Amino acid sequence: MTGHSTYVPKSALARWFESRLPLMGFVHASFIAYPTPKNLNYWWTFGGIATFMLTAQIVTGVVLAMHYTPEVTMAFDSVEKIMRDVNFGWLLRYAHSNGASMFFVAVYVHIFRSLYYGSYKAPREVLWILGVIIFLLMMATAFMGYVLPWGQMSFWGAKVITSLFSAIPFIGDSITLWLWGGYSVDNPTLNRFYSLHYLLPFMIVGVVVLHVWALHVTGQNNPTGVEVKSVPKDTVPFTPYATIKDAFGMVCFFILFAWFVFYVPNILGDADNYIRANPLVTPAHIVPEWYFLPYYAILRAIPSKLGGVIAMFSSIAIFAFLPWLDTSRVRSARYRPVYKVFFWVFVACGIGLGYLGSQPPEGGFVIAARILTTYYFLHLLVLIPLLGLFERPRPLPASIADSVLGSEVPMARRAAAE
Amino acid sequence: MADSVTVNSVSTTSPAPEPTRRDFLYIATGAAAVVATGAAVWPLISQMSPDASTLALASTEVDLSGVAVGQILTVKWRGNPVFVRHRTEKEIKEAEDKPLSQLPDPATDQSRVKKPEWLVVIGVCTHLGCVPLGHQGQYDGWFCPCHGSVYDTSGRIRQGPAPRNLDIPTYKFTSDTKILIG
Repeated sequence: MTGHSTYVPKSALARWFESRLPLMGFVHASFIAYPTPKNLNYWWTFGGIATFMLTAQIVTGVVLAMHYTPEVTMAFDSVEKIMRDVNFGWLLRYAHSNGASMFFVAVYVHIFRSLYYGSYKAPREVLWILGVIIFLLMMATAFMGYVLPWGQMSFWGAKVITSLFSAIPFIGDSITLWLWGGYSVDNPTLNRFYSLHYLLPFMIVGVVVLHVWALHVTGQNNPTGVEVKSVPKDTVPFTPYATIKDAFGMVCFFILFAWFVFYVPNILGDADNYIRANPLVTPAHIVPEWYFLPYYAILRAIPSKLGGVIAMFSSIAIFAFLPWLDTSRVRSARYRPVYKVFFWVFVACGIGLGYLGSQPPEGGFVIAARILTTYYFLHLLVLIPLLGLFERPRPLPASIADSVLGSEVPMARRAAAE
Repeated sequence: MADSVTVNSVSTTSPAPEPTRRDFLYIATGAAAVVATGAAVWPLISQMSPDASTLALASTEVDLSGVAVGQILTVKWRGNPVFVRHRTEKEIKEAEDKPLSQLPDPATDQSRVKKPEWLVVIGVCTHLGCVPLGHQGQYDGWFCPCHGSVYDTSGRIRQGPAPRNLDIPTYKFTSDTKILIG
């Protein structure tokens, strides 16, 4: 899709530079002249929003790192010092903690957009798998970041999740000892989590670069799922159309972000994390951050320790195979009336699992979690493959241009008839 | 998209086109974006300035009652040593009597003290920053062992590579026996 640049350097200096490193031509081809389907809706702005949130997290994180101390007796106090003494420290801390949540909001919307419109299907399989890798790196980063304030939830969340590795047969205990750097979660663990928490976002940046590159090779999907057939008829240049649309989407997103940061900065967090970590006292309810809750529910739904771990990791790993699990030749759920219904059921299942992850694993909650976990895997492993084979899709538009213009024709006919 | 270009063969200049609504929106949006970016960037820069706990250590109170005549007390202020010297009569006289023409950095002793028996100077050599040693050197003031600078009993540079006298911090007497530095 790139290679549509008509960029010609205007000054002698620009020509000199461009002949040595064609950076301006590259930017022009990739983000200015780049042909973008003209029918993209606002669900397509969340990729750009997610990229911005990654940048925001890195910037606020680097700045917080100037004041944080990664040592068990000083970490909690250094965070309080940031909140109370550092100029704008409260703002930077809340921007970073709520920014993590907002990053996941953007990424979940982005993922579900892909599930609805079939953006994971050929020829975008590698694009999709790169996305799964980004998601896994994000989860690792967020998990380690949450440990750093060294509150009760930081410590006990770290204890629970790192203990999962002991479920691995034969080598589990050795791996866990190696991970901890000791006989329990303690200073060595905190120090290495800090180092890796600083490192991983830059690895995410690298995979995002590959992700955008892969996208530019195939071009964007669009709400009809019909590929671009004619560049002049089906597409518009990225700038100014997509640029402005992305910017507007971002501004609306920032309003939501600002509401959290300035009005309810602790609403998504756990009050127990304002208590210093105590290895001798377990909190009544250990709950991860909201974006991990569905996987937490799946983990606890399976009665076996190892089974729960396998189920939890599989629930994410399965997504890497989605392009091959989905047998439908039609991409977009707009033209798949049965799949569309199950898509929303899947969304409800995800939200339900999230709620159950926040509740104590007792009684009715456990039964509900087991039912929803069963549906989760059934949906991905049975429903999606079968739907593709047996569903009768609605007729697709001939092209993107026809889909954009087609709705006006019946109305014009109706007006002429009156 | 306007593709045609009309060539104006008449030499009269046409009036400048009215700014359009689009022009207004572009400029307004651009201005708003600049303001918003500035507002977002400012905290990132300000957070590197000294924080409240550092600013709280900007002033140090020193109790002088324990400092005997002839003794030099060293206190820490803003990360650096400050010498508080309870000068003897002899030291005061030597400091006051020195003619200015013989000083590399001329300054009267009276201009450097508030009460003549108390000398308060920052204990950092003005050459390259070592801490000079008290009651040493030819003038019984201070001697810096790093490169051999010699200071007198008023903390003024006499010999050696240091360019300036020992700096005087801002201080005031809050009572006869207490000073507040900074």
